[in-house]
Amino acid sequence: MRIAILGFGSVGRGIARAILAKNLDITVTGLADSRSGIIDPAGIDLAAALARKENGGPCGGPDVSPGDVVAKADYDVLVEVTPTNVDDGEPALGHIRGALRRQKHVVTSNKGPIALAYPELRALAETNGVFLKYEATVCGAIPLIHAMQEGLAGNTISRLYGVFNGTCNYILTRMAEDSLTYEQALAEARELGYAEADPTYDVEGIDAGIKLVILANTILDMQTTLDDVERTGITLLTPEALRLAEDQDCTIRLIGEIVPEAGVLRVSPRIVAKAHPLVVEGTLNAVTVETDLAGDLTFIGKGAGSTETASAVIGDLLYIRERHVQGS
Amino acid sequence: MKLEMRDRPGQLVAALQPISAVGGNIIAVIHQREAPAATEALDVQIVLELPEGRLSRLLELLREQGVNVVRIDEERLLYECTLIMIGHLMHTDLSDTVGRIDTTGSAEVTELSLVMPAISSPSSARITIRSTTRTEMKKAIRILRSVAEQKNLLIIEPLEDA
Repeated sequence: MRIAILGFGSVGRGIARAILAKNLDITVTGLADSRSGIIDPAGIDLAAALARKENGGPCGGPDVSPGDVVAKADYDVLVEVTPTNVDDGEPALGHIRGALRRQKHVVTSNKGPIALAYPELRALAETNGVFLKYEATVCGAIPLIHAMQEGLAGNTISRLYGVFNGTCNYILTRMAEDSLTYEQALAEARELGYAEADPTYDVEGIDAGIKLVILANTILDMQTTLDDVERTGITLLTPEALRLAEDQDCTIRLIGEIVPEAGVLRVSPRIVAKAHPLVVEGTLNAVTVETDLAGDLTFIGKGAGSTETASAVIGDLLYIRERHVQGS
Repeated sequence: MKLEMRDRPGQLVAALQPISAVGGNIIAVIHQREAPAATEALDVQIVLELPEGRLSRLLELLREQGVNVVRIDEERLLYECTLIMIGHLMHTDLSDTVGRIDTTGSAEVTELSLVMPAISSPSSARITIRSTTRTEMKKAIRILRSVAEQKNLLIIEPLEDA
């Protein structure tokens, strides 16, 4: 199978390393980061590209743009793993459209295009007879979308809720463990690389909200946008509040919740019994799905990280190869 | 509730049957056979749980069976919900916040733990509300939400519905 990779940050490099390490029989024929690119039908030397990038250089030449890779490279699947833009999904959205129109399958970890334009992209994929897969957009390594679309097909989902943001979970875990203030826990999360310099996206519940929109629109047949998510972040939480919860064997977690029947999408800090399966430590994610046939299921795993996100992307790639890519 | 019935065979069953007929759950039956009174009446005390709104139908059925209901104790507040509030709770009149729930008559604040770290910092409180019915609880939480919005307080609700 031949793929083109757009984005050579942490996720893109994680995918490249997994391809090199695991003999997956995947050839990369196109590769681009934000300022450079390479197209090579014979297969790009990934080890060399990784080395260039790790030395602070671009992955390829300045004369090849991501758009060139999408339009000109010879690939079966476009792997789109650039950073999320929640305002208009660009430039990723345009690149995904371009690949689908060329009748290329697309695998993405990019939440923006899926949250903003899924119905359109799915229709475009269907018209062109190709797959659009996006497992890595929600909860990193947890195969939640696959489980809901395949394993739980035929079930009616009455409620879905959980911890969708590892950064917030880390901050709340640390506030409860050592009575840190929100600011102290955030500073620690930054030091460890779990939180961005501007943490708004995580701590205001925007990231969790986008994931709810993706699940609602792509799996639960709802038509929602980020504006439909009732959203409260964790910035105002106090160590005292966590201690008051603790006195009753409970703790506080930022919970994303969808109740399809009632049209509810909500991200807010909630009081959760410490014995509840959703009370996971550190940067883990955990999601409970309530179904009619299978009962309640809880999925726990790493929601971020280059290798973990690469796991979801590679799962999607191999899913497509099994079903739709002829030859190698 | 305390029932009075004629001391004849089958009367106890006659008194219990309507309870299951309205979907009630019998928790305890105290059957006082050695009642001192020389009358033919028999006192029975029953502790039971009933779905909302079924009490009047039960009383009707019991009357039809010839069972006299002597006394019904106060309904207990069955639903409990604990929430956490963060914000300037004292400066925004905590007793008014509590009062707005209590004045509904169907839900009340039964416990409040308050932590005030410093005069200018926001305080945190754990508040327990009890109500007779689930609907009343939802109403109380709606009231609390709107008070919180007015007073700029953060309300942390439990994961599970009340």
